[in-house]
Amino acid sequence: MLLPLLYAQFGVLICSVSVPVEARIVHEERSLYSKILVDQRGSMLCLQFSVRRDQRNQSCFDQRKPDKMVFIYARMMMASLLLQPHPKRILMIGLGGGTLPMALDRLFPEANQDVVEIDQAVVRVARDYFGFAPSERVKVFAQDGRVFVKRAVQRGEKYDLIMLDAFNGDYIPEHLMTREFLEEAKALLTPDGVLAANTFAISRLYDHESVTYANVFGTYFNLRTPSTGNRIVLAAPGGLPTAETLRARAEALRAPLKPYGISMRELLPLVREREDWDSDARELTDQYAPANILQSR
Amino acid sequence: MAYLIYLLAFVGGFSIMSLELLGGRVLAPYFGSSIYVWGSIITVFMLSLSIGYLVGGRLSLHHPSLGRFAIIFVAAAVCLYPLVYFNEAIMVWVFERIEDPRYGSLVASGFLFIVPTVIMGMISPYSVRLLVQTTESSGQVAGFLYFVSTLGSALGTLATSFYLVLWFEMNTILTLLTLALLAMGLLAAIASRRVRS
Repeated sequence: MLLPLLYAQFGVLICSVSVPVEARIVHEERSLYSKILVDQRGSMLCLQFSVRRDQRNQSCFDQRKPDKMVFIYARMMMASLLLQPHPKRILMIGLGGGTLPMALDRLFPEANQDVVEIDQAVVRVARDYFGFAPSERVKVFAQDGRVFVKRAVQRGEKYDLIMLDAFNGDYIPEHLMTREFLEEAKALLTPDGVLAANTFAISRLYDHESVTYANVFGTYFNLRTPSTGNRIVLAAPGGLPTAETLRARAEALRAPLKPYGISMRELLPLVREREDWDSDARELTDQYAPANILQSR
Repeated sequence: MAYLIYLLAFVGGFSIMSLELLGGRVLAPYFGSSIYVWGSIITVFMLSLSIGYLVGGRLSLHHPSLGRFAIIFVAAAVCLYPLVYFNEAIMVWVFERIEDPRYGSLVASGFLFIVPTVIMGMISPYSVRLLVQTTESSGQVAGFLYFVSTLGSALGTLATSFYLVLWFEMNTILTLLTLALLAMGLLAAIASRRVRS
């Protein structure tokens, strides 16, 4: 009885932070897609998407240090800049608290971002509590990520950086995990573009997903830490940079990324290919995508 | 005889819900998995079933027989199977013409699912006609038939969402449903010959 429950808790993508008793719920709403909860402890505001109250924070924001990225998964997503240091057009799929688009907007004031978030309520919460503001440069589209991507392919759009952060653990949008979807995303990338995906590290889904990414992109950087259920995929159809290039770019990014709490000493060792999955696992396709079942195993 | 008709109604109920559940998967790559996609699918299925009930009831007025009942199953199979080959093309066609994914998904599920679902909707009223012997028992027969076919629907939903999608590709499941409907049609045809001879 207990084992599956434990699995379910570890299997989610969100790191856990202990929320002591004095955590105060400042906003709670049930949207069309999930239950949204914002709580506050001292200066720390956290956003959760969950039906269960087991403190799985999607995104946290320290009001005293608003730039700082609290979670390692967000910092690992920023490692995509080691592959593409000067993105001009950025596509974000999944908004969360808006941490990533806000950081990218400050780092690259010349860049244009398209942010796709299925849940209008999440956009509101990001704006009301986390300081996220759509603008001329940062446009928000309240729609399904797959539909947006398909239309963008049709229009011939190109992006230097695509960030896929649409999996929050309770229900996985299976159509955002398939080979066909990844091929569409790949078609949106410029020759030196990068896809960064925040995905699953635990459960059988890990193997299936890893194989699917490998089939579409060949080798990719597979960033994992022992402490969280997250894994970040960094894929570049134009080829991965050498260790030397990575070090040089890390050096250049060290100062600009410091305000975000990103330490290259922490990040750089994680940027490795590490093929540690079962390569016999079946690829996920539009025809075969039981991600939610696989994730619970 | 009665057992056979209940079995047929059970498989009919199973297939309807299995197909409805697959519908969400078929549409997701083009129209997403937002709530309105399910709204479109459920609307189309309910509408199709309502028409199917009407037509099935009408058909049962004219020389109802197991042989004709068999034809309904074969027709359902014949109209279901092309989905394997044409669902992609139909969705591309709709996707290119309708920007709004709400109406896109509604129109696409209409094209994809109306015909087979209307035909499968004919099964229940036709079964009632074949089973009912007397006016007094008609309510009981209809009640038991709804019981069996809705049980089939429940099982179709469960089997598809828990296991079939884990074991098979979507097209394989559609093929299996087609074969199940064909098998039922065949069974009814054989039984109808036996009854006559």
